[in-house]
Amino acid sequence: MILLRVLVVTAMISLAVALQVAFFPYLSYDGVVPNIALLIVVAAALVRGPEFAAVIGFLSGLAIDLAPPADHVAGRWALALVVVGYLAGRVRHDARTSAIAAIVTVAASSFIGTSIFVLSGLVLRDPSVPVAEALQVLPVAVVYDVLLTPFVLPLMMRLFRRLETRRVAY
Amino acid sequence: MALRHENKRPSRTVLVLLLLASFTLITLDVRGGDDSPVEPLRSAAGEVFGPVEKATAAVVRPFEAIPAFLRTTGALRIDLERLEAENSALRGQLATTVLDRNRADELDGLLQSSRSTGYALAPARVIAIGTAQSFSATVTIDAGTSAGVRPDMTVVNNDGLVGRVLRSDRGTATVLLVVDAESVVGGRLGSSMEVGFLRGRGVVGNEGSLDLDLVDNSVTPGKNDVLVTWGSKNSAPYVSGIPIGRVTSVYSSPRQLSKQAVIEPFVDFSALDLVGVVVKAGARGDRAVVNAGGPQNHQSGDRQ
Repeated sequence: MILLRVLVVTAMISLAVALQVAFFPYLSYDGVVPNIALLIVVAAALVRGPEFAAVIGFLSGLAIDLAPPADHVAGRWALALVVVGYLAGRVRHDARTSAIAAIVTVAASSFIGTSIFVLSGLVLRDPSVPVAEALQVLPVAVVYDVLLTPFVLPLMMRLFRRLETRRVAY
Repeated sequence: MALRHENKRPSRTVLVLLLLASFTLITLDVRGGDDSPVEPLRSAAGEVFGPVEKATAAVVRPFEAIPAFLRTTGALRIDLERLEAENSALRGQLATTVLDRNRADELDGLLQSSRSTGYALAPARVIAIGTAQSFSATVTIDAGTSAGVRPDMTVVNNDGLVGRVLRSDRGTATVLLVVDAESVVGGRLGSSMEVGFLRGRGVVGNEGSLDLDLVDNSVTPGKNDVLVTWGSKNSAPYVSGIPIGRVTSVYSSPRQLSKQAVIEPFVDFSALDLVGVVVKAGARGDRAVVNAGGPQNHQSGDRQ
């Protein structure tokens, strides 16, 4: 059972990362694409809580960091998504019941995640991006993530819930 | 994994461990430089994600023509009504034939640029594009070490210089575009043979342009001067004589000694599809190498 669960989660993360770089660039706005891995992390946080979401965040961040064509310092998205998973997990009691609260959680998570990534880049001078450009990307990223939430989040939450109930029944 | 405790504060151990892991990874990658211990991980991830991205790109490709309509309407809003009438008539054909014809044109152009520059080109297709959230202008192409593609090879298309190969796996390779903020290319002005350094701005879209710092500050580049690559030692990472772009404006600031020019690249980086990797003449790989300068190199295998 554990193996199956690990396989499902791995497949989910890989698919999300592949879609992010191979499919959504065709629908991008100025190159900004929805961060589906972040939506998976938020879904995990809302269903299973901070610890589990932080682990999922680390794994999916690592996938974004290492999958081609990524070229930034590895670990930056992992760091960002660990924090996002933990924080989103802390507010889940308020957010798992109402749709609006879930959307606000996604927006906040997207903002925090992208900001941490940008800030780590500024500290490491990784791509030396001017702050103004980073500020242009941030709102677009948040809006795009929120737009995709109704399509992705309920699906992911249902999936995580099924995995969880199986575990409890077992 | 700890069980869920509804009324207890979540344990911080997991968070701290994961944060430490992230920081360790970042430190290893930053300190390691070019031979950082993360590189093997990256290539392993490339081996795993390359095929997944390839498959995704193959599924998505037939629908590629449709969002192109959506994207251009923003810029051509005035023409929208006229285009819509045309679109409905053309959409059926466009989905397949025009795309194919464009690709044939691109291949033709690639052959043409191979003929004019004399370099052997391994054709490849862009299958994944780096997201703007990551702030690096990189793409994945579907040719890797099995096609003879190695790091520090020049990538061109029929318009001009695209970038250079950063790393390659068996079936895929990561290409750093010249518009990336980290990219520096040696360029030579076509009119005066003066050399300079081209830096990207990290913007891929329509306003994606390059900054040229000339070495000799007494030279003023003229508008529409064409810039070609200057070439590096042993032709790596950039071979010489590849057209890059054209000068659109020149400015000098009192703080800097040299004159700066803004270069508009010939390549449309937001619509990259077919590219060619400059490989050694007579290179053998899993695909036919476009080699118009020398003897044709027809291999048994078609593109995979």
